[in-house]
Amino acid sequence: MLNVHLILFLAFGAVAVAGAINLLAQTHPINSALSLIAVMAALAGEYLLLGAEFVAAVQVIVYAGAIMVLFVFVIMLLNAGVEERTQGSRVAVLFGIPGMLLGSILVAWVVLQHSGTESVAAGALPGDPKTIGQMLFHEFLLPFEITSILILIAIMGAVVLASKPPTSPANAAARKVD
Amino acid sequence: MNQLVPLSYYLVLSGFLFACGVAGFLIKRNIITIFMSIELMLNGVNLSFVAFAAHWHALAGQIFVFFVMVVAAAESAVGLAIIIAVYRTRETLNVDQVNLLKL
Repeated sequence: MLNVHLILFLAFGAVAVAGAINLLAQTHPINSALSLIAVMAALAGEYLLLGAEFVAAVQVIVYAGAIMVLFVFVIMLLNAGVEERTQGSRVAVLFGIPGMLLGSILVAWVVLQHSGTESVAAGALPGDPKTIGQMLFHEFLLPFEITSILILIAIMGAVVLASKPPTSPANAAARKVD
Repeated sequence: MNQLVPLSYYLVLSGFLFACGVAGFLIKRNIITIFMSIELMLNGVNLSFVAFAAHWHALAGQIFVFFVMVVAAAESAVGLAIIIAVYRTRETLNVDQVNLLKL
């Protein structure tokens, strides 16, 4: 019997895994950014499979849209080129990669062994905007409002940090001497 | 009833994405790529949040994903502003050459 959900999960998961590996393999930041966008789009598909429709939409709009546009914008603004390869510690390469592989295989084995046969039912949970919104504005109202303050502070911080420092006459004079 | 995907598959995928983020954070030398690795880690955690929310029938997990996204957005705005400020003073994005707080 054809398990459509499993096939879709594997397809989106393959895209996500390939994107994550490509992010590590590429040396130019713009290529890494594009593979990260692929990972995020694939994860939106996974969220849809889990019945979280609103989260999937927000993932595409906020993550793949807004945040990654900011990243690409900064990469182009700073004219970031191919990163210089540095001579890493040889011990780290010798033991790090096999150690990471071993550790991930171990964790995956343990998780797969001990999780039993419980499955995630697609669409079992109402993840539509109405339910989410009601929950957000009733039970989670205080965190929601605090979040708005956090965003306000972040906006002000970004503006202050990214704006050019005002050049006072003394500073300009010092620069001329240099 | 639909055919289902085991919860552990989602957890393994989420763990793999997180591990890739950690590896990128450690091996990448470009400060922007390091920042993207952090976003990858956050995405991996979000996937496990949504998977657990569906598994335990607790919608709060999806709400938490929103808060993670909001914090990620705020973090990337401030972080990229810091990167721009660093580039303005150092003229480099290589983290090996940005090892002093003072110029």
